[in-house]
Amino acid sequence: MRITLKLYAGLGEFLPPGARDNATEVEIVAGASLQEIIDRFHVPRERAHLVLVNGVYVNRSERDARVLTDGDVLAVWPPVAGG
Amino acid sequence: MAWAKKVMRVNLTTGRIGSEPLNMDWAMQYLGQRGLATKYLTEEIDPKCDALGPDNKLIMTTGPLTGTMASTAGRYSIVTKSPLTGCVACSNSGGFIGAEMKTAGWDMIIFEGKAPKPVFLHLENETAELVPADEIWGTSCWHADEWIHRKYQDPLMRIAVVGRSAEKGCLYAAVVNDLHRAAGRSGVGTVMASKNLKAVAIRGTRGVGNVRDITAFMAAVQKGKKVLADNAVTGQGLPRFGTNVLMNVINEVGAMPTRNMREVQFEGSSRISGEAMHEPRESDGKPNLVTNAGCFGCTIACGRISTIDRGHFTISNKPQYWGASGGLEYEAAWALGSDAGVDDLDALTYANFICNEDGMDPISFGSTVAAAMEMFAMGVITKQHTGGVELKFGSAEALCWAADVTARGEGFGLELGLGSKRLCEKYGHPELSMTVKGQEFPAYDPRGIQGMGLTYATSNRGACHLRSYTVASEVMGVPVKTDPLVTEGKAELVKAFQDATAAVDSTGLCVFTTFAWTMEDIAPQIDAACAGGWTAQKMLETGERIWNLEREFNLAAGISGKDDTLPDRMLKEAAKTGPAKGKVNNLHEMLPKYYEIRGWGRDGIPTNETRKRLGLKSGGLAA
Repeated sequence: MRITLKLYAGLGEFLPPGARDNATEVEIVAGASLQEIIDRFHVPRERAHLVLVNGVYVNRSERDARVLTDGDVLAVWPPVAGG
Repeated sequence: MAWAKKVMRVNLTTGRIGSEPLNMDWAMQYLGQRGLATKYLTEEIDPKCDALGPDNKLIMTTGPLTGTMASTAGRYSIVTKSPLTGCVACSNSGGFIGAEMKTAGWDMIIFEGKAPKPVFLHLENETAELVPADEIWGTSCWHADEWIHRKYQDPLMRIAVVGRSAEKGCLYAAVVNDLHRAAGRSGVGTVMASKNLKAVAIRGTRGVGNVRDITAFMAAVQKGKKVLADNAVTGQGLPRFGTNVLMNVINEVGAMPTRNMREVQFEGSSRISGEAMHEPRESDGKPNLVTNAGCFGCTIACGRISTIDRGHFTISNKPQYWGASGGLEYEAAWALGSDAGVDDLDALTYANFICNEDGMDPISFGSTVAAAMEMFAMGVITKQHTGGVELKFGSAEALCWAADVTARGEGFGLELGLGSKRLCEKYGHPELSMTVKGQEFPAYDPRGIQGMGLTYATSNRGACHLRSYTVASEVMGVPVKTDPLVTEGKAELVKAFQDATAAVDSTGLCVFTTFAWTMEDIAPQIDAACAGGWTAQKMLETGERIWNLEREFNLAAGISGKDDTLPDRMLKEAAKTGPAKGKVNNLHEMLPKYYEIRGWGRDGIPTNETRKRLGLKSGGLAA
């Protein structure tokens, strides 16, 4: 299975070399949790503030149990704001 | 007490300049800046007056903390009646001129009447004079700024100025200060130009005194600065990536208004984002972003200073734009970018430079261009209207041409200067105007962020994100995360944000501090500086009073609850992609509850009980 991982703002440094537009394709095994993928790329848990799967926010308490499926887009930000 | 306790009154018709004491009874109720100037405006003008006539007044106003050592305490506002909306207008800006005005010893400058010939106000501490501006009338903000600086040979002079767009009647013209900060929204620059007032040039050397308890103030300020520094948003995210870090966030959640809000996601967002501004260009290897920048006293420094590739079509033969200047904020990047379908970062930066150079609100400008592009796609606007330009979605060339002609008030640019509402009405398609009360939407599609629909519908200055930024909660989780796709609880959320923001806008502080500060952080700073016992609770009550007073102005101006609505596109055309796919904005589920908790009747008019509780006139302003 493949998902798209997007790491934005200051988390871009955790993307592999050659990643474009803050995104990379990731092979995952069936049953892999959202948090396992974040950990695989060494993103500190406390910096994974805004976590979206297909644009929908996932609470911090649900990230260990949330299983990703083929084609999902996982996007992660540190705390950000604007206006 | 931080207030200078002095108001300057400039009668442009007669040329008389006078000084009078600040009304401290009103200051106790409305604090300063947005609130206090709105009180003055409601007392001094007929809300039904012609916004561009001599009976309107324009108030340049600071808050009690403006010019002090508090973080971000450089804000000022321009309060007047808007020619774009007919509502009360209050446009807030940073930079340095607010602090300079306070340091010169003035809380407020009230401009009234209309000068017989173009003038600018030269103010140095207690001395003020109106100076002929014939030589700079008809020139850009940047030219006029440089001319005035040269005239007085004073690089430390701070200048607020209107450009050619304002002079030519563009209804969303801004007042630009310090070259690339602006009181941007609602056409306050148009009002200033209508009075033949080209600029306000200020030099202040007196400092800010009257701090009630200087020891307590320094302690409160230091504590506040530490909170900002330790917060990941205000200490790291905003200085590094600026507000345009939101480009990818809002696109991902499916609330990115695209191509005149026909769509809610933009395929080119990553190419015009805050992250993209850091990426080296393929052409010259340099990033768009040169550095961040801070306004007076700011310890956040979210401002962007950018360059354009010198080989880019926009400036290859215009060396005057080869240097670094004010770069893209999120709102400008959205309006000039996704709403026009343009993903050329250099082109957006150029259009942004032009908006700064000639004083145009990039939100209203971009949104108006987007509406024109949709009508061009329909064949309603043709090349005959544009003088041969293909005004197509996605055309960077068309966008930059539109910026040039609107800035200078030439040809079709005069029509674009009407704003989206009037332009769409003129061409027979009012339904294509993405506006509330005549003011263009900012960068959050209310189908994907439901609370923003209520925010826009009820904003006292027409569609605006800065009147109640529920995005903070609905998307970013500040102060708590709420679901952007539900309406439950949003009436309460919007009211809370509206009241708090009205209070912050009346202090002299920047609203961006509230990504880290709560009212419990702000109130001690106000209370240490000002008499009056400013607790967090009193601040919020003051915010509510201000909100209701603005509402009273609008009601007296003839704007009613019927105007608290959204374009049909938001209410009837469902989002096509993203998490909000299939959803419209359910305003009808939020508005009645909002009226109820505001203490307003079903007609959206404050009840007399509410008026009494807030110390407002029974029966409204008209009574």
